[in-house]
Amino acid sequence: MKLRATDLCKSFGRQTVLRDVNLNLEQVHALTLIGPSGGGKSTLLRIMAGLEKPDSGRLHLNDREVIYREKELMVHRRSVGTVFQAFNLFPHLTALQNITLPLEKVHHYKPPDARQVAEEILERFQLSEHCHKPPAQLSGGQRQRVAIARAISIKPKLLLFDEPTSALDPEMTAEVLEVIEELRKEGRDLVLVTHQMGFAHRIADQIALLSGGRIAECGPPSQVLDNPVSDTTREFLAKILKY
Amino acid sequence: MTTRTVQSWFWVSPDDRGKPIAWQVLLLNWAFAFLLLALICFFSFSQLRYNWNWQTVGGYSGFFWRGWLNTLKISSLALVLSTLIGMVAALARRSGFLALQAVSRLYVELVRGTPLLVQISFAFYVVADALHFQDRFTVGLFTLSLFSGAFISEIIRGGIESVGTSQLESARAIGLTRFQTYRYVILPQAIRVILPALAGMFANLIKDSSLLSVISIEEFTWNAQQVSALTYSNFECYIPLAIGYLVLTLPITLWTQWLEKRTRYET
Repeated sequence: MKLRATDLCKSFGRQTVLRDVNLNLEQVHALTLIGPSGGGKSTLLRIMAGLEKPDSGRLHLNDREVIYREKELMVHRRSVGTVFQAFNLFPHLTALQNITLPLEKVHHYKPPDARQVAEEILERFQLSEHCHKPPAQLSGGQRQRVAIARAISIKPKLLLFDEPTSALDPEMTAEVLEVIEELRKEGRDLVLVTHQMGFAHRIADQIALLSGGRIAECGPPSQVLDNPVSDTTREFLAKILKY
Repeated sequence: MTTRTVQSWFWVSPDDRGKPIAWQVLLLNWAFAFLLLALICFFSFSQLRYNWNWQTVGGYSGFFWRGWLNTLKISSLALVLSTLIGMVAALARRSGFLALQAVSRLYVELVRGTPLLVQISFAFYVVADALHFQDRFTVGLFTLSLFSGAFISEIIRGGIESVGTSQLESARAIGLTRFQTYRYVILPQAIRVILPALAGMFANLIKDSSLLSVISIEEFTWNAQQVSALTYSNFECYIPLAIGYLVLTLPITLWTQWLEKRTRYET
């Protein structure tokens, strides 16, 4: 994936969340966004997902500019898969129906085809026995895996994860991270916002640290996490490694 | 058969709430409730010095049937119409178009805040008159529907707003259109919140239709009043009237309870 952000700015009311964010990544498969809370990483991800419009600046994905108009954004959102922190799934539908709904209604699959796709993915994630359960009867980790299954079922050109494990117990975090790592090995392009530094180190080929709405440092994990150049990065890492 | 303690015939411990109750226990307790009702009725009527005149009133049963059927007709039509109006008003309230929001808000507040009796008279003697429209039935139907529609729109709006923003975000992220979001995400979840309140509203609507008698729409209450005037009898007309309305409202309540159970899911 080729990713270029040019002077992206975004504020909510009087609060500026992104100030002139620039990124130029020629060849990246797993970009991880880290940094302190409120630093702007989720907002940047949401702009990439087409869920938030930047106030100014431009975003290019694989040399194609993302147009921030409702009609074009709808098309863009349909071509990426987004997984949120929690409450991704629709509580009134079963795991299977949660996956087939976008396939049928957005991507115009015939119901039997949608069902087949959903069943195959659920089987791959070892969720077959839970396919007829509503989200309330699934564990947090299972729910998040169904959400990921839904995101990849549409064959997205890019997967976006917004702190996918922040709402989970530690042992459930592992099962979700395993799935993400597997997708990474498969060669899928992904952007991940996370606080799990160890995981970021393992899967990322590029890590960007956002703080105060700016990119403090961007580079391979061996640089950002092991030999940071910027003082902001050093401070941030010192803080989180202390505990 | 296991023996039941005396206490368990009458009490459900907090741990057993929501679990099914044996039919024998239900029967006993319902019998108790009906016994209480019978006692109140028996006591009240035994004190009453009244010459019952069922025979004469019975001769007018055609009036009751005609009226009951008319009430059934106007209520069912108003039920459908008021639900449509309620939906439109609720969506208007949530639309981005401010004038539409204002119209919806004004409509709801005015209609909810004034008596139906006044609205019916105003609609018929002022509005319909100005339009040279004389069809009582239609005027009555629309007034009743607009009246109930205002309450229903608030019920629907409450239901829609009970669906979390994270759900809307998910719907947006997977690329559903606004209409699809309502159809596949909001409504199926809102309906659970809406249904019980809607049932109460529908039962009210049926009873409220009795007020249409003031503009001489020949519905159930109007007919009962006619019989009452012709035969100089009161209770012989009002008791069938009460039963007639109950026959209409009870199925709605039961139907909604069934629907409520069917649409239930854990959250």
